[in-house]
Amino acid sequence: MTDRNTSTNCPEFAEHLLRELAPQVLGVVARKCGDFADAEDALQEALIAAATQWRAAGVPTNPRGWLYSVAMRRLKDRVRSESARRRRENEVASEREHEQPFVSPPDAELGLMTDDTLVLLFMCCHSALSPSSAIALTLRAVGGLTTAEIASAFLVPEATMAQRISRAKQSIKSSGVAFRMPTDDDMVERLGAVMHVLYLIFNEGYASSSGPELHRVDLSAEAIRLTRMLRALTPDNGEVAGLLALMLLTDARRAARAGRHGELIPLDAQDRSLWDRQMISEGTALVSSAFASGSAGPYLLQAAIAAIHDESPRVQDTDWPQIMALYGVLKQMSENPMIALNHAIAVAMVGGAEAGLALVSELDTDQKLRGHYRLDAVRAHLYEMIGDDARAILHYRAAAEGTASIPERDYLNLKAARASARS
Amino acid sequence: MKYMMMMNAPRGNGEYQINDWSPDDFQAHIAFMHGFNRQLSEAGEMVACEGLTPPAQAKLVRAGKDGRPVTDGPFPETKEFLAGFWIIDVDSAERAYELAATVSAAPGPGGTPLNMAVELRPVMSAPPDPSAPSLTR
Repeated sequence: MTDRNTSTNCPEFAEHLLRELAPQVLGVVARKCGDFADAEDALQEALIAAATQWRAAGVPTNPRGWLYSVAMRRLKDRVRSESARRRRENEVASEREHEQPFVSPPDAELGLMTDDTLVLLFMCCHSALSPSSAIALTLRAVGGLTTAEIASAFLVPEATMAQRISRAKQSIKSSGVAFRMPTDDDMVERLGAVMHVLYLIFNEGYASSSGPELHRVDLSAEAIRLTRMLRALTPDNGEVAGLLALMLLTDARRAARAGRHGELIPLDAQDRSLWDRQMISEGTALVSSAFASGSAGPYLLQAAIAAIHDESPRVQDTDWPQIMALYGVLKQMSENPMIALNHAIAVAMVGGAEAGLALVSELDTDQKLRGHYRLDAVRAHLYEMIGDDARAILHYRAAAEGTASIPERDYLNLKAARASARS
Repeated sequence: MKYMMMMNAPRGNGEYQINDWSPDDFQAHIAFMHGFNRQLSEAGEMVACEGLTPPAQAKLVRAGKDGRPVTDGPFPETKEFLAGFWIIDVDSAERAYELAATVSAAPGPGGTPLNMAVELRPVMSAPPDPSAPSLTR
């Protein structure tokens, strides 16, 4: 890191480094000043300064110390300008301190840095925040993204995103969440909230991957990066391993799941040679080792299902009995009716469409799922399987009317049109 | 989730009715809208908003045989006309209904709520459900 060679001077390197260091430095600054919101603002300013200065002059020899010093100075400037406002007439502008040399945070504090990142994640993903606020704050405070980058990833104006972030910090302040590691009792719940937010970020990336993505942050890749970070901090947690595996095993299909115009290509029609083998083997290895150490939580089970799909050389090789068994276990653990719907599909693939349709009917009365277009989508596929095109068309069309995703709507309408052309 | 929120002004006669209101009523209405927009911005929920010119300036355009535009209109007889719209980004459908109801009750003459029809349409920008059936993913 002390070399000023050419590789450390390229903009991509600087950008990666900045985002790597952001949560570490923020942790120390927050600990030092005792106010997360102020620390976060100061670090954001330091990051923006670094982005321009490092690009022009190269990465400094001690980038972490540089960020820390600048953030601390911004913090002091802020305090000073506030007190200056109060007694401004008496003071002379030249009161400004001389430029200080950059100093690294003390070694003792450096030792806390990894823990700090975890504490930051707990803070940003706190259940006091709405999901959209938690997502925005996590991407900025832990991911080291700028407000502008986050805004463009979610296609909202920068001012709107800035407001969302500042409100999120306000909520943290008023809810009195302390900047410290949660107790063992709270750990499972808080970690669950963190994993949920990371998965939502991943899923947002899934949605935007077919849209105009030029110059937009790759949210799926960012979610994977943050989950890797979380995994490094909690190496013995099987669910964190499961979440990372699930992301990898899903993202591995990215190149195959959309056509040239962003049209949706379902799993059974994807060109499997386009799947990312490296991601698949990393994901499967994570699943195996987590199972071997006795874990069997919902993320891990979903990852195991994704692994079965990913490891089937052809769609007809899919081990549906095993998928059915895994969904059966998941169904016992989860209140989510979507899991039950997935289970119904697996049952249909093993025991025939009628068996699946019978299970889908049971879900018609589910409070959360009633009237949901996914019920129609699954019914349509199952009716198509048994050659009942008339019913399939009806349900494809109903599903297309219910979805809020354009590629999905187009796909469902196309399925209806094809069934219609056949009959 | 994003919604388009469309405010339909009551009965256009080429102009918006609001043009006939007393200055006080007019100002109260405009102040209400400014306040509403500020609240939306401060909540981090505003994506965009625009007001539209009165129906007298509206045109319907179609491509003619040679591809050139053929215009039609204005349409003074229309009962309701789109006066303006917002694109909002909110956490739930309930929040969107709440905001639409707030706009609907904007003050009219004498401060009486207008209770305008506000049309709310989900914008097709939703991510897929994380646990959605893999058949369609």
